[in-house]
Amino acid sequence: MVFIGVRAAPMVALTAFSVGVTLAMQAAHSLKQLGAEIYVPDLVMITLLREMGPVLIAVIVIGRSGSAVAAELGTMKVSEEIEALEVMAINPISYLIVPRFLAMLVMLPALTILGNYIGVLGGWAVCRFALDFNTAGYVLRALESADTWDLYSGMIKSAVFAWIIITIACNAGLHVEGGAEGVGQATTSSVVQGLLAMLVTNAILTAVFFFA
Amino acid sequence: MNPETEPVVEVTDLVRKFGSRTVINGISLKVLRGETLVIMGGSGCGKSTLLRHIIGVMKPTAGSIKIFDDEITTMNDRRLDDVRRRFGMLFQSGALLASLTVGENVALPLWQHTDMSAEEIQETVAQKLQAVGLNGFENLKPAEISGGMRKRVGLARALALDPELLFSDEPTSGLDPIMTAVVDKLTLKLTHGAGMTAVVVTHDMTSAFRIATRMIMLGRGIVIAQGSPDEIRTSPDPEVQQFINGEPDGPMPLNLSQDDHEHHPHVKARPLVSARHRFRHKLP
Repeated sequence: MVFIGVRAAPMVALTAFSVGVTLAMQAAHSLKQLGAEIYVPDLVMITLLREMGPVLIAVIVIGRSGSAVAAELGTMKVSEEIEALEVMAINPISYLIVPRFLAMLVMLPALTILGNYIGVLGGWAVCRFALDFNTAGYVLRALESADTWDLYSGMIKSAVFAWIIITIACNAGLHVEGGAEGVGQATTSSVVQGLLAMLVTNAILTAVFFFA
Repeated sequence: MNPETEPVVEVTDLVRKFGSRTVINGISLKVLRGETLVIMGGSGCGKSTLLRHIIGVMKPTAGSIKIFDDEITTMNDRRLDDVRRRFGMLFQSGALLASLTVGENVALPLWQHTDMSAEEIQETVAQKLQAVGLNGFENLKPAEISGGMRKRVGLARALALDPELLFSDEPTSGLDPIMTAVVDKLTLKLTHGAGMTAVVVTHDMTSAFRIATRMIMLGRGIVIAQGSPDEIRTSPDPEVQQFINGEPDGPMPLNLSQDDHEHHPHVKARPLVSARHRFRHKLP
């Protein structure tokens, strides 16, 4: 839990801030041509809550924690540790998998909330210092633009991603065969499969939430 | 039933195939209460595979395995766990959980399977580690101690619940001669002294003759000889003599044939030349 959540926070913060800044700058650039810079906060807020927040934080967590879980479980498998647990009549699923599952399920949405805040902060930095917004105007505009459904849909996505990421990582780890090479392959495949599954699911969820 | 002759482990006509390769080809054996059975055999003869079947990690292709008179091959996981609580297993590498300290590793079965208080557990752990000559090592991680020490911690963990039956996979390989003697002495104290039954897989002949009350020798997936240590020592079988005296030439095949390798599920036949380019940059 500490590994998946707390120690990933600085990285999540930095990423989210960069994304918030970038979004605001791009939005400002495009919207300026329409004379609609007033909508920059809306764009930052909605994009972050609905899409960029859950997806980018999931990307970080896949690369950081999903791979770590796969490698850790794979190493345990290779060094007979999982077998040893079974022989000690300790169920490896409840001893090893369940805590990781819960940690991921709690921490990914939590990190996403953190990421959303910081991304909006990044958008504020651009609006406040490069555009003609004052702080209150930005906050009001941002809050006005998003409704609770934007937040909830992001959170639902985030929870679904968490479930996908940890399932793929644990599965890859527990099916390792053949020493260090196998651990490496499992780690890679947990990242690749995790990313693909997450992005495809994101497209489906967006279609269901906002298009159907 | 006379407890002395009651079989604790009973394996009947065990067969295990990996693909088309038969690793175990009809092994039957019995371990009686209080006995120390040593299973010997060359590398790759199937002795570790046999042990993995007996502890229920692998399922056989055919045959039956009974532990404490219960058939384990068809048992569900819950009942298998009940049986497993009654025996200890020492893995070849120790198989300690790398994320826990030495003390926590030994305490793990106690946490999981007993209602002992924290103080009682701490005391038991100290006592078990003392028995394998590692008192004071509780707070180190497995990565910080040597391979031989890990193995001894593995033994302490296997003994944590005071099992009536102990399985050991090469308990003395990688230990120095003195530590080997210490582990053997501990095994003897538990078996002869406390009446524990032990099944030990080893190819350390000194240790084997020191602890065994009965010996079984495997080869080509079958039992090629069995009997008391004296019977084995004086066996007329040339394979047995070759093995216990460690002679390079004799009836025992040196290696699996290439043919066997090609049928092994995890080994792909690869011409040696193709591996060469991987090292080319290091060659002159």
